[in-house]
Amino acid sequence: MKKIQILGTGCKKCTFLSETADKAAKELGLTYELTKVTNLAEIANFGVMFTPALVVDGQVKVAGKVPSLDDVKKLLV
Amino acid sequence: MSLSADTTPRITPLLPHKRRTSAVIKYVSVGLVVSVLWWLVYGHLALAAHWLTYQAFGLKAGTHLASAVEFFVFEVPKVLMLLVLVVFGVGIVRSYFTPDRTRAILAGKRESVGNVLAALLGVVTPFCSCSAVPLFIGFVTAGVPLGVTFSFLISAPMVNEIALVLLFGLFGWKVAALYLGAGLFIALVAGWIIGRLKLERQVEDWVYATKTGSSGVVEESIDFSGRVAAGREAVRDIVGRVWLYVVIGIAVGAGIHGYVPTNAMAAIMGKDAWWSVPLSVLIGVPMYSNAAGIVPVVQALLSKGAALGTVLAFMMSVIGLSLPEAVILRKVLKWPLLLTFFGVVAVGIMLVGFLFNALL
Repeated sequence: MKKIQILGTGCKKCTFLSETADKAAKELGLTYELTKVTNLAEIANFGVMFTPALVVDGQVKVAGKVPSLDDVKKLLV
Repeated sequence: MSLSADTTPRITPLLPHKRRTSAVIKYVSVGLVVSVLWWLVYGHLALAAHWLTYQAFGLKAGTHLASAVEFFVFEVPKVLMLLVLVVFGVGIVRSYFTPDRTRAILAGKRESVGNVLAALLGVVTPFCSCSAVPLFIGFVTAGVPLGVTFSFLISAPMVNEIALVLLFGLFGWKVAALYLGAGLFIALVAGWIIGRLKLERQVEDWVYATKTGSSGVVEESIDFSGRVAAGREAVRDIVGRVWLYVVIGIAVGAGIHGYVPTNAMAAIMGKDAWWSVPLSVLIGVPMYSNAAGIVPVVQALLSKGAALGTVLAFMMSVIGLSLPEAVILRKVLKWPLLLTFFGVVAVGIMLVGFLFNALL
C-alpha cells in the first residue's frame, strides 16, 4: 500500500500534480491511497517551502514543480 | 516501500566527453540561428504593423481607430517576443537558485547584510505568491531574521523580471534601472524597518512550533541541457499563463493610446498633481494584475502625459502588494504585523513615486 500525498493549498499546479500522480499510480497498477494536504501547518511540517509537493510514504520526493508522468512513475516505484 | 532514497527525478546519463562537446556545439548553433531569426522579425514589426493597419485593413491615417489598431498590432507581437526571450533566460538563471539554497544563504546572516542579500535573491529565486506562506515558515523557522525574510518577501514579487525587461524593451535602460533600484531599495529598507520594530511576537504562534529543516529532497544535479529544458519549461508555463493578460493589457493600452487626448493624463497623473501618487498607491494595492499585463498600460499612461514617478508607484503597488496576498499571509501574520508590512511597503512606494516626480 503506497501512501501518496499531494501538498498544496489548491492552486492549479496542485490539482495538476494530483491528477498526474493518480494517473501514474493507476498505470503502474499500484494499490495506493492518495490524499491532498491543504493545511499550511502540515505542509510546513514536511519542510516544504515551495508547493506543490509530492510525498510518497512520508518522504518528500518533489517540491515546487509538476514532474512529467514518467518522472512521477519513477518516483512511485 | 521505496528503498532507493537517492532517486532523482531527472536522470542524466553521463555523456562521453565527445558527445557533450557536440551537444554544446548544437546548442550554440541552434541558439545563434534562433537569435538571428528573432532579431530579424523583431526589427521589422513596426513596418509590418504599419502595413497591416493602413494597407491590409485599409484604415485612414490620423483616425483614433487607426492609431489604436496600429498600436495593438505592433505591441502584441513585440511584447510577446520579448517575453519569450526573457522568460527563457530567467528560467535558465532560476535553475541555479532554489528556495532551499536561498534559505541556506540567508540563515544566520546579520540583519543589514541579510537585508541586502535577501532583496537581491528575491529577484532571482523562483517565487509564486501561492507559496508565500510555506516559504515564510521555512525561512523563519530556519533562523532567517524576520526583517530579512520580509526583504525577500517584498522584493520577490515587486522586482519582477518580466516587468523589468518589458520596461527595458519599451522605455530603455534608464526606466528599467530606476524600477530595479527603487524595488530593491524599498525591499531593503522596509525589511530593515520591520526587523527594527521587533515584531516577532506578531507572527502566529504555531509557526515557531513547526519542525525546522529541509524537506530532504535530493538536489538534482542538472547539466546544461537540463537547464535549457528548464528555460523551455518556463516559457511554456509562464507565457502560457500570462499571454492573455498581455493581450488584454495592450488592448487597454491601445484604447488609451488611440482615444485619450495626448495631455489628458497630465492633469490627473502629472507632476503637479501631488495627490496622484498616494491615490495611485491606494488604488493599486488592492488590485492585482500580472506584471506582463500592467506594463503596456503603464506605457500608454506615460505617453499621455502621466508622470513617471506616479506611474511607477501605481505599477509597483499593483504587482508588489495585493489583497489575495494579504489574505494568504494573514494565516501566519497577526493583524499588527500584516498591517505594518503593507503600510511600510505602501509608504516606501509613495516616497519613490514622489522622489522620481521631483527628480525627473
